[in-house]
Amino acid sequence: MKPRTPSYLEKVLASGHLAVTAECGPPRGSNSNVIVKKALGIKEYVDAINVTDNQTAVTRLCSLASVVHLKLAGLEPVLQMVVRDRNRIALQSDILGAASFNIHNILCLSGDHQSFGDCPDAQNVFDIDSMQLVSMVRHMRDNGRFISGDKINGPPKMFVGAAANPFADPFEIRAARLAKKVEAGAEFIQTQCVYNVEKFALWLEQVRQRGLHEKVYILAGVTPLKSAGMAKYMKNKVPGMDIPDGIIKRMAGVPKKSQPEEGIRICVETIERLKEEEGISGFHIMAIEWEDRVPEIVERAGLFPRPRVEQ
Amino acid sequence: MIVAELKPLQEIADSVAQYGKVDVVACGGCVSVCLTGGLKSAEELRRELSHPKYYMGRPPLFQVQSIQRQCEKDFVRSYFTPSPGTGAVLSMACGAGVQTLAEAFNKLPVIPAMNTTFLGSLDGPGLWTEKCHGCGNCVLGLTGGICPVARCAKRLLNGPCGGSSEGKCEVGGHLNCAWHLIIERLKSLGRLEDYDRLFPVKDWSVDKAGGPRSLGRLRPSY
Repeated sequence: MKPRTPSYLEKVLASGHLAVTAECGPPRGSNSNVIVKKALGIKEYVDAINVTDNQTAVTRLCSLASVVHLKLAGLEPVLQMVVRDRNRIALQSDILGAASFNIHNILCLSGDHQSFGDCPDAQNVFDIDSMQLVSMVRHMRDNGRFISGDKINGPPKMFVGAAANPFADPFEIRAARLAKKVEAGAEFIQTQCVYNVEKFALWLEQVRQRGLHEKVYILAGVTPLKSAGMAKYMKNKVPGMDIPDGIIKRMAGVPKKSQPEEGIRICVETIERLKEEEGISGFHIMAIEWEDRVPEIVERAGLFPRPRVEQ
Repeated sequence: MIVAELKPLQEIADSVAQYGKVDVVACGGCVSVCLTGGLKSAEELRRELSHPKYYMGRPPLFQVQSIQRQCEKDFVRSYFTPSPGTGAVLSMACGAGVQTLAEAFNKLPVIPAMNTTFLGSLDGPGLWTEKCHGCGNCVLGLTGGICPVARCAKRLLNGPCGGSSEGKCEVGGHLNCAWHLIIERLKSLGRLEDYDRLFPVKDWSVDKAGGPRSLGRLRPSY
């Protein structure tokens, strides 16, 4: 697929390399150094850095300002945007704001329900859904028009991504749902964290049967587990997370102080295993408040050094 | 059906404590059917609210009345006369009824006893659940007769989201995932291909976003 935007991430993918992206969570305060420091620490090991948008509905430094800080620090950010908190006016306006700082990647998401966060009494917006956001950004970029049909003077040039969770239910429509996202205009996909490799492979098989892997770049999501406790918590408390008992047993089977190393090892093995799958175009590492271990994961998974693609 | 539930008794007592005499006015409409605001409920509320434990001083004197449909001005004007010396009206109707009463008696405080909650249906003995959001542009024909606007916590038109697990919504274990229900229903109708359709963005101007709505030939006065 020929690149259609100035996105560096898109160029890496289009050149046929396995891409590596990582996620950085902004701080619960206005100190931008926190996120810039996290990002600079992994700069050489990833092709682009996602910044989450008030993840788990907890109020944080906004993703738009954060990606601007990263851009000014010479990094390639992916702006995550959820439709929970903004209507179509605010979304389009923020997209233009990001474009004005030459932010060239966007990940379109629904967002966790506000009942999980620090303001469970809040009203939500959900004026449009994540699929409609994908379609809206593509319309703004490709047709140079707002959703209203009015002309945009200087349209955004964004590589448009969406999420996929192969582990949510009903499983039988998960590939069909990806097909809808591709139809809406998604160009890259970052998946939910993969722990259940067998189920993921089954989903990927359905994706290949539909030929979707040839229409969209799929980056498999991975999150290193820090402890057996974290594994159990994620299995039981995080919606749409599938952690097989075997993984929990493996984490619990080593002494507590060796559990972080075991978590990294599982993460690296998962990447190694998924590299073999046809239709995987890269990896998205979500090391939650553990971003400093990303370089090690990338190196041990044989994904370092990162390719240098001409910009 | 409009469903409404009684406010906490202390909250109601606090809102009427300053009055010597209060008319408790039941409604014979929806709230009567959902067994929260009809005549029987009004009698129970009168008994409960007369208890001194809710007040610093003396409880007000309560009298019960009933209007067949509090949301119709003609019914209110023709069939309801406030009791002599009453200081306030405590309405057991939905918000529409409370406002109709307030409009009819501009010198009499009208206080709600209920929280109006949703448009729902009777799903089991005494169990009402939300089914309709009144969005002004019905999509049920395309979603197997199950409404994602009213029943998905994120109002997704292209669901389910990544939080749907074993038929349940990410918001809470008891809530069914509306999109899971939609998919099951489409399957049993042999119309799963309807799922492949991408819903375009919704026109919310016919929902509350467009301001208060009306129906009928006359132009509303608000």
